[in-house]
Amino acid sequence: MLVFTLRRLSLFTFTMLLLTLLSFSLNFLFPGETIINLTGAINATPNQLIELNDAYQTHRNIFWQYLAYLSHIINGDLGLSMASQSEISTEIVNLLPATIELSLVALLIAMFIGVPLGFIAAIKHNKFTDNLILSVSMLGYSIPVFWLGLLAILTFSISLGWFPSAGQISLLFEIEPVTGIQFIDILLSQSPYKWQAFIDATAHIILPACVIAVAPATIFIRLARTSMIEVLETSYIRAARAKGLTFQQIIFRHAIRNSLIKIIRHVGLQFANLVTLAMVTEVIFSWPGIGRWLIESIYQRDYTAIESGLLVLSCFIFIVHILTDFIYAALNPLARGNKHGAR
Amino acid sequence: MAALQMNYYKIITLSLLSLLLLTACIEEGKLSLSERSVIYCAEGSPETFNPQLITSSTTIDATSNQLYDRLITYQSDVNTLSPALAKSWHVTPDGKKITFYLRKNVVFHHTDFFTPSRFLNADDVIFSFNRALDAEHPYHIVSGGNYPFFQNMGLSDLIENIEKINDYTIRFHLSHADNSFLHKLATDFAIILSAEYAEQLTKQKAKSDIDTHPVGTGPFKLKEYRVGSLIRFYRHEQYWREPVKIEQLVFDITPSNTGRLTKLLAKECDIAAYPIAHEEITQHNDLLLEAVTSLNVGYLGFNVNKAPFDNKLVRQAISYAINKETLLEAVYQGKAEIANSLIPETSWAFDQTLPKQEFNPALAKTLLTLAGYAEGFTMDLWALPIQRPYNPNAITMAKIIQSNLKRIDIKVNIISYQWSTFLQRLKQGKHQSFLLGWSAQHADPNNFFSPILSCSAIQAGTNSTFWCNQKYDAIIKKALQTTNINQRKKYYAQATAILTQEVPLIPIAHTKRFQARGNNIMGNILAPFGGINFYQVSKLNLTKKKKLDTHSPQRILSNINNTGVN
Repeated sequence: MLVFTLRRLSLFTFTMLLLTLLSFSLNFLFPGETIINLTGAINATPNQLIELNDAYQTHRNIFWQYLAYLSHIINGDLGLSMASQSEISTEIVNLLPATIELSLVALLIAMFIGVPLGFIAAIKHNKFTDNLILSVSMLGYSIPVFWLGLLAILTFSISLGWFPSAGQISLLFEIEPVTGIQFIDILLSQSPYKWQAFIDATAHIILPACVIAVAPATIFIRLARTSMIEVLETSYIRAARAKGLTFQQIIFRHAIRNSLIKIIRHVGLQFANLVTLAMVTEVIFSWPGIGRWLIESIYQRDYTAIESGLLVLSCFIFIVHILTDFIYAALNPLARGNKHGAR
Repeated sequence: MAALQMNYYKIITLSLLSLLLLTACIEEGKLSLSERSVIYCAEGSPETFNPQLITSSTTIDATSNQLYDRLITYQSDVNTLSPALAKSWHVTPDGKKITFYLRKNVVFHHTDFFTPSRFLNADDVIFSFNRALDAEHPYHIVSGGNYPFFQNMGLSDLIENIEKINDYTIRFHLSHADNSFLHKLATDFAIILSAEYAEQLTKQKAKSDIDTHPVGTGPFKLKEYRVGSLIRFYRHEQYWREPVKIEQLVFDITPSNTGRLTKLLAKECDIAAYPIAHEEITQHNDLLLEAVTSLNVGYLGFNVNKAPFDNKLVRQAISYAINKETLLEAVYQGKAEIANSLIPETSWAFDQTLPKQEFNPALAKTLLTLAGYAEGFTMDLWALPIQRPYNPNAITMAKIIQSNLKRIDIKVNIISYQWSTFLQRLKQGKHQSFLLGWSAQHADPNNFFSPILSCSAIQAGTNSTFWCNQKYDAIIKKALQTTNINQRKKYYAQATAILTQEVPLIPIAHTKRFQARGNNIMGNILAPFGGINFYQVSKLNLTKKKKLDTHSPQRILSNINNTGVN
């Protein structure tokens, strides 16, 4: 396990180095002065500029400049947003939890709907149910998320009035941001309307989370189906059947556990896809997350924000990948010995 | 096993029951919280929380009537000035000394950042005015030192000084009599700040907080502001009038038109500013579309220095040849009122006896023949290039006027410049005729008669007709010097009569401001001029609403409003 951990950590370090190299080179590729792209200090006085140039070592060669840039990033200094002139790191710290919350809920929904449906399809392999589930999942996979989002608002918010169409929580509730994750903050808050706020926040998250969950859920359906079919054809299942176990016993005791392990490996991979979908969905549902912020930064040509936002977001996705790898390794001892584990 | 199963059943039933109980409690509480709060979907963020510093209507909407009070207010429903922070006032016969007697029980907002130790007194009033008027005042240059309303109205020349007679009496000394002075004090800009708060900020060396963390005497106090997202107001519990009925007022800042519509339809906001899709809103039984005629006018003006418009018969002829109804239908989609005089019908000075301008091409042709233009002529019509509240589409309007005038053999060339060039060339008098408009900054009718058509306004560049009539000027001057409102009304009727005869311009439309709300929201919000006001707003809960749907007079009244709109 130690070797496995070390291998992952070194992979993480190198990938992060590459990512920072990419975001560093973006500063030169974006229009405008490099030092301003780096720091976002568009209103800097000449004296401040001299200080900044010194801090980022612009008089030395590109290698030292990169090192200076790295040291700033490691210290959490991502520069100022060109649009709002506030610290990008604080903005990201304020916004990222909302995206994490939305993505996690969407992931849970996708898993709780997709995986069981996939198992059912596998058990009813090549029967009507299987075909029905497969075609519905194909349909779900082909629907563009922005269109689905608008459709969901039109149906469930405007026509039926079941769910709200915008934001994280009704503006009437005053919840002090502590962790940034709305549900935890609500539980921590002293508000007399705690439970109403909790229910209201739940109602707000359902629609965007379901919209995001549709595409990953269809992928989980197919993954679960394939992995279950594979497991059902293995020799130990045949042995179990030969021993006279009932069908239910076989499925619940052996097949589900073994096929779930294979799916967990893909969860991390799906998470990147999910965050991309979440970015678009955040715009449609006015969700105060990092995706909406990043898309607005693109509109406003806020280069510092684009660059740092991309860096933080990709770093975050990579951490999720590694975490799922760990979970996979913990659940499946076979994976720990895999010498070519770098995916 | 059976016992275990029994246990399971018990647990499930118990938890279901408790869940039911919990949701029941929540339902009750939820009603009460949303019942006591109103969410307003606003179209933009305010630039500051002090209306003295700006002229933007978005900022006025968010601040003036919510956070502050004025010495006196203008009541648009009865067209009179009424006491506010000043319980009464007295004007000397020469009109140069105006004394205000302040209320003695007015409390400033008690907020997280300020605790008032005394009631409102003369010092606060003097502080508020001197901050804007006196360039030497320690707070004058805080937040930039620009006070557009005070500067445009020439208040620093008009007000010689403000004298404190005692703690609750102040006297304005004016350099000359000005009858619109009281109306100026009643505008959304002449608000009263707290001098005590300013002192505290000076000690804390945080002077600029006076405009970002506002303290006023208004019905609401600021609780929280998140730029570009929301403004949260709490009720001011010790308000000098009856406290507001709602506890919380939230401005949900939603710049997108469709976003506001969606939130309104999904019941996420109770009231939406400037709604789109009016038909869609009127189709919903639980929504109301309201409109109020703002104090503005869109008009077609003539340069009376240029032939053939130096001839009054030609101008009259054109006024008969233009079909205002088609203009209203095509340019304003029927969402404006036909303008019959310079001032809208909501102004107290409006002359009810004024005959309606008729559409009569035959008469127009006769007048043209009389003027010696039986063969017709060619004219230039300048159309303003951008969308303004009083004219959403000047080019379309110009095209319709073109086809109208073709019937009396006048050929119209439509000309448009970029907005700044347009105004500049108008000032230079290079035009023959033009489409333009005027939005009044305060309710006094003088704000229409003087700046658009007086001789002195030619100098100032706001009178682009170059029409200068000594008799008209004398009348509007007299109107400013009398305090008798009926007398003033007569003077303005005389002035209007001169305009109908002389036709230096043809008023076309007074536009409306729209707002949509759920029908459980009661109380007036929109006013014909100035910002919105949430003081009277209250919310019915759902059970009461059902009864009121059929019986409430307000509901019926609003329906009448509705039919007027669509």
